[in-house]
Amino acid sequence: MSTEQIAQIVDAKGLSCPMPIVKTAQAAKGLASGQLLEVLATDPGSTKDFTAWAKATGNELVEQTVEGGVYRFVLRKK
Amino acid sequence: MEDEPINIVLFSGTEDRLQAAAVMASGAAALGKKVNIFLQYWGLDAFRKDKVSTSLGLAPEAGERGAALVAAAAKAGQQPWHATLRVAKELGEIDIQACSLSMDVLKIEEEDLDPLVDGVEGVTAFYLNAGDGHILFI
Repeated sequence: MSTEQIAQIVDAKGLSCPMPIVKTAQAAKGLASGQLLEVLATDPGSTKDFTAWAKATGNELVEQTVEGGVYRFVLRKK
Repeated sequence: MEDEPINIVLFSGTEDRLQAAAVMASGAAALGKKVNIFLQYWGLDAFRKDKVSTSLGLAPEAGERGAALVAAAAKAGQQPWHATLRVAKELGEIDIQACSLSMDVLKIEEEDLDPLVDGVEGVTAFYLNAGDGHILFI
């Protein structure tokens, strides 16, 4: 568990692909470099999508966990 | 290839195919890619102001079972294709152009189209803007 402060949380639970990524990309736009963004999603494609999105955009995927069908991602803004 | 746009030729006018195109465009926009969408025939017809929010049916392969599943997804909160596209347009650079030939054939004027559509162009302009980027036909 990261001890750094999360700057913003995106609750994308219940949303289907591609909305979790779209909402994350929107939220990331408003963050400063280095700030952390937490995303909660239930879309089963999320794990691969967030890994790919982080890789393609240069934002860092700091943490990813899954609990009770909820995927949680912590990303650091590039 | 990295900086090349993703280019979608949207020919189909059923809700499932329009949603598929909207999803492909949104994903590309979320990755920071420019997206060009070229509307032909029934894809264009679906963007008429008086049609965009109406029921446009599904592709024939949906059948009754498919129609029930799509209806259930909508009821569960999946947004319609045009809403997906509007969100994607706010997020990234998505340029939607109507094919001028299709405008002629379907007797559509620019003022008949939903504001999602950015303009009218011919196929040459589409290819020029597509550059070396992928072209998807939906």
